[in-house]
Amino acid sequence: MGKLRTLTRRTFLIGSATVAGGVAFGVYRAKVPFENPNLAALPEGAASFNPWVIVDAEKVTFIAPLADKGQGVFSAQAALIAEELDIELDQVEISFGMPDKAYMNGALTDAMVPFPQYDYGKVAEGARRFAGGVVRAALPIMGTGGSSAMPDSYDKLREAGAVARETLKAAASQQTGVPIGDLRTENGAVLLPDGTALSYTSLAAAAAQIEPVTDVPLRDPSQWRILGKPMERVDIIAKSTGTLPYGIDYKTEGLLFATVKVNPRQGGSLISYDATAALAMDGISDVFEITGGIAVVANNTWTAIQAANAVTCEWGTAGYPPEQDAHWATLSAAFTDDKVNAEARNIGDVDAAPGAEVIAEYRSPYVAHAPLEPLNATILVSDDRVDIWTGHQLQMFAVDMVAKITGVNEDNVHLHNQFIGGSFGHRLEFDFLKQAAEIAVKMPGTPVKMTYSREEDFAHDFPRHITMGRGIGKHENGKVTSLDVQIAGQSVMTSQISRLGFSLPGPDTQLHEGAWDYPNLNLPNIRVRSYKETGLAPVSSWRSVGAAPNGFIYDTLLDETIHAAGADPLMERIRLMGHDVSVKVLETVGEMCGWNGHDLGAGRGRGVAYVFSFGVPVATIVEVTQTERGIRLDEVWVAADVGQVIDPVNLENLAQGGTLFGLGHAMNCEITYSDGMAQQSNYHDHEAMRLYQAPKVHFTALENNPKIKGFGEPPVPPAAPALGNAIFAATGQRIRELPFNKHIDFV
Amino acid sequence: MQASFIVNGTERSVDVPEDMPLLWILRDEIGLTGTKYGCGIAQCGVCTVHMDGMAVRSCQVRAYELDGAEITTIEGLGTPEAQHPVQEAWIETQVAQCGYCQSGQIMQAASMLANNPNPSDDEIDAVMSGNLCRCGTYPRIREAIRLAIQKQGA
Repeated sequence: MGKLRTLTRRTFLIGSATVAGGVAFGVYRAKVPFENPNLAALPEGAASFNPWVIVDAEKVTFIAPLADKGQGVFSAQAALIAEELDIELDQVEISFGMPDKAYMNGALTDAMVPFPQYDYGKVAEGARRFAGGVVRAALPIMGTGGSSAMPDSYDKLREAGAVARETLKAAASQQTGVPIGDLRTENGAVLLPDGTALSYTSLAAAAAQIEPVTDVPLRDPSQWRILGKPMERVDIIAKSTGTLPYGIDYKTEGLLFATVKVNPRQGGSLISYDATAALAMDGISDVFEITGGIAVVANNTWTAIQAANAVTCEWGTAGYPPEQDAHWATLSAAFTDDKVNAEARNIGDVDAAPGAEVIAEYRSPYVAHAPLEPLNATILVSDDRVDIWTGHQLQMFAVDMVAKITGVNEDNVHLHNQFIGGSFGHRLEFDFLKQAAEIAVKMPGTPVKMTYSREEDFAHDFPRHITMGRGIGKHENGKVTSLDVQIAGQSVMTSQISRLGFSLPGPDTQLHEGAWDYPNLNLPNIRVRSYKETGLAPVSSWRSVGAAPNGFIYDTLLDETIHAAGADPLMERIRLMGHDVSVKVLETVGEMCGWNGHDLGAGRGRGVAYVFSFGVPVATIVEVTQTERGIRLDEVWVAADVGQVIDPVNLENLAQGGTLFGLGHAMNCEITYSDGMAQQSNYHDHEAMRLYQAPKVHFTALENNPKIKGFGEPPVPPAAPALGNAIFAATGQRIRELPFNKHIDFV
Repeated sequence: MQASFIVNGTERSVDVPEDMPLLWILRDEIGLTGTKYGCGIAQCGVCTVHMDGMAVRSCQVRAYELDGAEITTIEGLGTPEAQHPVQEAWIETQVAQCGYCQSGQIMQAASMLANNPNPSDDEIDAVMSGNLCRCGTYPRIREAIRLAIQKQGA
């Protein structure tokens, strides 16, 4: 970790093929395995064959290092290992483990090369391997995000299980003299030909004495016992009985409770404060200044929040326009040559293309993450070590930040990652953790849990970036002939990476993701150009990042042009789509709902939308009815291709949830700024979807994609355009600005 | 003040400010953390518990209102080993994603079914719409409630 900063400066490669100083040593080091971190403190008689599997005389332990914020990756990681190890999930203990570069995410770089993710050609795949090698050598990032968990884990964790299995068989063979070829494994044991079962735990000591075997072939999916079939998530009982501890539930002897009140003008300073009233309250231990605000330590979280509310503060200004109108005006003025982020796609000639024009402008607002578990972290600073209990998606960066604040070497900063009660991207951020560290360092020897009030969580969210789109669609003879899509946005990657202390070397791909790689391969004229703004509010990755706003802009313009052409919204999308895997997705969603045109008569209509994101094509059809009191969402159909289904139950849950997440925020959520502060403070004014509004969501998963892909984010982007397109089909009203409820009511 | 009441069948007495919400008495004083904090203003429902048999938002019940009350939290509704029928239905349906709202959802659903063993779809929507789920598990919540109705009828 010590080298993390210097190496990153040189080699952070995102966007273009900028690989800078990493090239020279990147490739040759790409294959050298990381040391197994379990070996350092492995007790006598225990065996660890790789970073993910430990066997001792008592139990089998899996390390599932990716952060689980509800997407089910804790379970899925364990299932991948268990499949090859021939053990059941109720026979193993599963741990998040401790941060280490051995757990680097090898799939994050797939999105960093300038090839669309539907391109599996030699050049594109070569570039991905190259980028992966460079990052692996220069900056092994342990991170969870970008829907990368399954692409990262699929082979790696099955191999971890297979290597453990074959090594345990080798140990059994040595112990019994039975040739390895005559041994089988089942149910956590090696079976001898006579049926005798030698449990893995009984073989641990012997296995610890031999080198783990290498090059074990993986089983064909046709042989799977667990994967691809409905699973019971390992956390489902605990989550249904209130017994699963999240970070916010962490308990320990002598724990004190804290909260913070930080300048609601993001990044602004604290000029002065008066804590007299707060300090007079019962149960308050201390009130002191931290970066940009104050912290309160008390004997109860509620008491701390009450006291923080009683502190009066004078705040400095923010470094962005104080009023929302100015944010839109800034974006509106950003479609200029000097602000070009990238001409990400330019096929044919959109200016010379024939046909009548559809000209439109679209707006996608700031939106909060607002996970239900408010951000929190417990930190104990001791004499020579620091312990952190929190849930974080970038564990090694988190350790680095806390090490700096506490002055303790990173090697002695221990992050115990916790289950996360939703993130949607907020747990990629560090402010809450840095604040908790600033508090804990003042109270050595005392564990302190810092919890944001919901209001603080809203005020200090880094919301989804604000985006404006301008498009010209053309059509002739009932067909779409051209799409020219221009997108201006506050740069989410510039903002996010600046908080890691780095600068973004290339263009921000999130300003055109979901638009430039929309595989309309049969459309002869396409241009997608993005414009980068950096002077607006600080923003962060919000579930599906650029693909949500850009997919809304691109697909809505496409829908408008199709309607203007008089073509069928589904059939014309299929005609334009030159990508076979995506064609099947569109055909499937049409079959699921018995598509027979968008107009269902009498104030009813259907909208279809498609977005390709994180390598996954997703098509969504929404059916709505116009009632006297507003629009009712009746039913939704979703089809997607993830390449390989690991758990059909969890996948369906993510499809339903991601779709409702996309719909709910498109219907009624935005963050707006006034006097430099977010005007929305709690769920009453940033509500998203409630149960009464939730339509039935039907889902079909396809497996034609050449590689396995993740599904935490891809269901989100098509939801908003599908709803907007449905509202148009039912009412004739085309809404080009999110949230839709600024223009229409919902029931 | 000294607040004395019953939580999951056990008598408890805590010395807290009279306006401290039950939520924070449960979480930070007694250490029952199955009941969650989400909004503090009765907008999300994750802190739902039963008070004298009624579902309430524990962030809105103050210490001075607690005297002698019988409180049931998610930990008292059922346990991993002895699940309440609503919890069984929740587990079979695999409702949870992040799971943070599910204690409140389950407490609300259990209260609804105790008072109305066979609610209509509209009644389910009306009662359950005070409980937010940011992950969007609503289709499965409806499914689980239907399953729980079957189980309780059986």
